[in-house]
Amino acid sequence: MTTTARSTTSPPVATPPRRKRPPLAPYLFILPYLLIFATFWAWPIVSSFLMSFKDSRLGAAAPYGLSNWSRLVQDEFFRTALRNTLVILVIQVPLMLSLATVLAVALNSKLLKAAGLFRFAFFAPLVVGTVAYSAVFRLLFNTDFGIVNRALTGLGLPAVDWLNQSGPAMSVLILAMTWRWTGYNAIILLAGLQGISEDVYEAAAIDGATPAQQFWKITLPLLRPTLLFCLVLSVIGTLQLFTEPALITNSGPGNSTMTLGTYLYQQGFRSFNFGYASAIAYTVAAIAAIFSVLQLRLFGREQ
Amino acid sequence: MTAAPVAPPTAGVRAQRRLNAALLYVALVPLALLFLAPLWIMLVFSTQPETAIFSPNPPLWFGGAFAENFRGLQADTNFLRTLLNSTMIASIYTVLSMLLTSMGGYAFAKFEFPGKGPLFGLILATLTIPAFVTIIPQFILVARDLQIGNTYWAVILPTLANTIGIFYMRQAFQTVPTDLLNAARIDGANEWRIFWQIALPIVRPALAALAILLFLASWNDYLWPLIVLTQKDSYTMPVALGTLVGLTRVSWGGIMVGTAIATIPFLALFLALQRHFVAGIAGGAVKD
Repeated sequence: MTTTARSTTSPPVATPPRRKRPPLAPYLFILPYLLIFATFWAWPIVSSFLMSFKDSRLGAAAPYGLSNWSRLVQDEFFRTALRNTLVILVIQVPLMLSLATVLAVALNSKLLKAAGLFRFAFFAPLVVGTVAYSAVFRLLFNTDFGIVNRALTGLGLPAVDWLNQSGPAMSVLILAMTWRWTGYNAIILLAGLQGISEDVYEAAAIDGATPAQQFWKITLPLLRPTLLFCLVLSVIGTLQLFTEPALITNSGPGNSTMTLGTYLYQQGFRSFNFGYASAIAYTVAAIAAIFSVLQLRLFGREQ
Repeated sequence: MTAAPVAPPTAGVRAQRRLNAALLYVALVPLALLFLAPLWIMLVFSTQPETAIFSPNPPLWFGGAFAENFRGLQADTNFLRTLLNSTMIASIYTVLSMLLTSMGGYAFAKFEFPGKGPLFGLILATLTIPAFVTIIPQFILVARDLQIGNTYWAVILPTLANTIGIFYMRQAFQTVPTDLLNAARIDGANEWRIFWQIALPIVRPALAALAILLFLASWNDYLWPLIVLTQKDSYTMPVALGTLVGLTRVSWGGIMVGTAIATIPFLALFLALQRHFVAGIAGGAVKD
């Protein structure tokens, strides 16, 4: 596949006084990427927007209008999905990023021996696929034979009906996502930490700064761009949450863990209501954009 | 005459340091075990019969039911077929996406040309657009316009132009000295040859890291294959496992075998190539 494009036999041309030729090569290098990018990314972004103004249930000849959008603002299932997604976002992302920051600092510490072992423990979940770990978490939190309830009753605590009550079901999702993604963020933060010069800490230590002071006054401020990057990516990822609520809680009980992702899937690929699903998709994009701007404003100063 | 050496730590400082180290372990060891526990249970349960998984005292060590669980899984999902599909899709995707992103990244890193800034800006801008937005037009394109639903290409094509990948390769190629490329130009090598035989070999470590990440992403992808693959024999491994998890009567032993088979090769690879893995993820994620 890759060798067919190889053509190495053009005659060497000596052009001593360098003349400006129209640069064709860079365009040829970018062309394959751009073709795919335009077909499967750029055009769909536009197309999805147009589709959100068409009632796809009426067929191709349907007029453009606001019917999907007016339905969206009145749709209580949509409101439930939006609220659930935001609740998960507001709890899970800060929880995960704080844990990831602390972990990255701990793993970066010179006091830690066998750092490789610890790195393996915390980073191992990031090679596990979302389907695989969703299955494992569904099994772990099973009410009747799940290991978590076995451990709770073993400690003399009451068992919890994890997946059949809205609050506990939500916490299982949050725990699962935290387990899966903390290590990923910790790696990125660890790389950010290693970019901070030793000298800064040595100077601070000479001035008598305690480790806690060093963390708040040096590490966090210098890590801010990396944290911002993790934050933006995590927010976009969580807004598209699909696999975990689909496979761990099946959006239930009731619709109490239905997310924008599972609702979009249901509207788009169960009811084949493409126009309405596109309106949901663009709402996700709009929320992502608002969050990105907010985050840049709040945390992105000086950058 | 020599500069005064840093004073050796006093007994008090050393004791404090030991205490800090101890506190670090007290916090990290239980947390590490908690992070490893789900993986451990997945591995153990894949080797245990259903009766043991559902017993009041679930086992925490390996049993002998792996083959039996695997047979059940194979009967339910044609698991070997889905493994073949996943392997083919992830391999083709990885090779093609690496070629596309390294060619593009090379052009953005090593050429000046009209339109470079706006083009790069356009690609950059789409990074913050959730992939969700494109999923419905992509589905229509693949299933209706191109009529390639249920094929490998339906899964591969829409995700081929990996945005993170082109940034990553651009950064990698920026480390290649331009003088080296110019020297080859003076020797009369054409641009493709310079790219293929000089620039690409230099960034081989970056390519290796990118390859692992692309393969893993494709191997674990769920939503898109779930949408475009509607026939059992074209399922990828995650889609097949997903259909099992959704059932009311769930065969957990089989599912744990499937998840273990999907995960173990990468855990092993991760153990062996930890540094490249970490460097790859960090390098791919952090922008300049």
